[in-house]
Amino acid sequence: MTAGQLPRWVDLGLIPFLNLAAAFLVSGLVVVLIGENPLEAVQILVWGSLGYGEGIGFTLFYATNFIFTGLAVAVAFHAGLFNIGGEGQAYLGGLGVAFACLALDSVVPWYVTLPFAIIGSALTGAAWAFIPAWLQATRGSHVVITTIMFNFIASSLMVYLLNGMLKEQGSMQPETRTFEDGGRLPFLNDIFPSFGFGYAPVNLSLFLALAACLLVWLLIWRTKLGFEIRSFGANATAAIYAGISPVRTIVITMLISGGLAGMMAINEIMGSQHRLLIDFVTGYGFVGIAVALMGRAHPVGIILAAILFGMLYQGGAELSFEMPNITRDMIIVIQGLVILFAGALEYMFRPAIIRLFTPSQALKAKEA
Amino acid sequence: MFEDFILILDSTVRLSTPLLLACLAGLYSERSGVVDIGLEGKMLGAAFGAGAVAYITANAWLGLLAGIGVSVALGLLHGFASISNRGNQIVSGVAINFLAAGLTALLGQTWFRQGGRTPALPEGGRFTDVTWPMAEQLRDVPVIGPIYAELLSGHNILVYAAFLAVPLTWWVLFRTRFGLRLRAVGENPAAVDTAGISVTWLRYRAVIACGILCGFAGAYLSIAQGAGFGVNMTAGKGFIALAALIFAKWRPASAMLTCLLFGFLDAVAIRMQGQELPGVGEIPVQFFQALPYILTVILLAGFIGKAIPPKAAGIPYLKERS
Repeated sequence: MTAGQLPRWVDLGLIPFLNLAAAFLVSGLVVVLIGENPLEAVQILVWGSLGYGEGIGFTLFYATNFIFTGLAVAVAFHAGLFNIGGEGQAYLGGLGVAFACLALDSVVPWYVTLPFAIIGSALTGAAWAFIPAWLQATRGSHVVITTIMFNFIASSLMVYLLNGMLKEQGSMQPETRTFEDGGRLPFLNDIFPSFGFGYAPVNLSLFLALAACLLVWLLIWRTKLGFEIRSFGANATAAIYAGISPVRTIVITMLISGGLAGMMAINEIMGSQHRLLIDFVTGYGFVGIAVALMGRAHPVGIILAAILFGMLYQGGAELSFEMPNITRDMIIVIQGLVILFAGALEYMFRPAIIRLFTPSQALKAKEA
Repeated sequence: MFEDFILILDSTVRLSTPLLLACLAGLYSERSGVVDIGLEGKMLGAAFGAGAVAYITANAWLGLLAGIGVSVALGLLHGFASISNRGNQIVSGVAINFLAAGLTALLGQTWFRQGGRTPALPEGGRFTDVTWPMAEQLRDVPVIGPIYAELLSGHNILVYAAFLAVPLTWWVLFRTRFGLRLRAVGENPAAVDTAGISVTWLRYRAVIACGILCGFAGAYLSIAQGAGFGVNMTAGKGFIALAALIFAKWRPASAMLTCLLFGFLDAVAIRMQGQELPGVGEIPVQFFQALPYILTVILLAGFIGKAIPPKAAGIPYLKERS
């Protein structure tokens, strides 16, 4: 069952489609089990996420988060690494954004703060990925396990910091003070009032996310480093034999991955919340895994998958309003099913499809 | 002071029990070469199944059985993905964690309408503490009294089951033919296959054993330690168990000691909350919470001993190329 047995459109189009269809079919069954009408649920979900300006705004806002965390997982995938630590790296990324905003917000306008916020979030996110990366590269401790551990350590660290030195004086809430205008990204509703995004927090970070997609595409498919990353991921032994340094490749890939995850915090902290607070990541880092698997680790696929998950998040919120039985936990179920069918059961339909395609090809071979 | 110490040890035993059960569960799976990130999800699913059925039937044993059933079902799903379909074991484990987290909250809300929790258990729906004979009479005897009455007596039956599972696991893994084959399939599945033993069936049995023990762990949380299921009540315990498994280098006796250590850290953290330590000042609770993870990372880095996983762990077995 090697690649190339099947036409490209089947490998890249039909099989992912079947996997997704299976995931959504089972999700539909879960809805039936709860005693609601799945078709009606889909209708509400699509309308809630795409039916009006504000809904679209929220969908795009969530999608921005998922593009960043999806890219983070995808870059690591290309080097054969599984970065489960997006959650922790994004959390720490918030620290970098907050430092930049707290220091500059009352002094300079937002467009001066933004570069510092980008650098800050990428640095803190990358720093959180560095130790697992370095341990994997030099000590052989598995990056999956260490990044999971680092998620928990990040959570404890941030709770400690936000209850201590970062807390606003005189406040009971474990959060920083609210940023001034110099630490707030403009909402797209203020830039393009005609779209009618309303109160949706979608902001300039959306363009930052799209730029990151382009840069990741250039990096992976158009640079020497990208070639090294892909070679290392495809066959580490061969890559090392060809003179590619494993330590350098692992560490750099994980730093990029962690940096991308960290930049998610720009959208959430500088773009929407305007203060650093506890648990602002709330699973977005994990959604990145589903997004990267669904998007097949390609930026275009990731944008599409991120929008789909954005729809699920926004439409799901609407859905829990209209059908109180379907709580937002339904999204987590769908997420699990997507990861299961698009990831773990990736090969389930392959043998059947190969059987479907081989007879006709064998016939052609005979005729030739 | 001595009384305090006994009380801390007593809560250590209570807190380390679910870790120990989940850790031994992971031991079976990983020793057979199937990496299991999904311990957390299986525990959560089991806790829900146990809580729900124990509430409906008012029978703790049926609850336990339901918990085991849910957990084994999730384990078989993991097996289907990673053994039969040769999917990525990590991805499959992540999927199971999400499925369990989502489905338990969703179904809990639909069935019981208490925000995802299961209602408080009725009489008989919960494993109660077992008092050993003479415990009350011996309580006042110095030193031995508190140890007997507080530390050894007065736990529910699942606690004792967890600690009995340690020698049992050791015996199964190192003294039976099944155990030898299980360990072999985790190191060199091709050799086992050559000997005419089914790699698939062995690994499925390991995954089922893992499911059973995770079922105990989950049931402990919802119908022994607690009195009902709460949303996300495992709160990362499955991952601590995973850390403990690595820390114990995949060995049963070390697993018990590691889980006791992690349970002890937890107990101390609860005890130390808001208390000043002479010379050091107040140690933040978060430090104790993060300590098991930090210790595991340091161990993984090879600074205290070296944790070498089973050789074939995480690699799907391909019988022949086609």
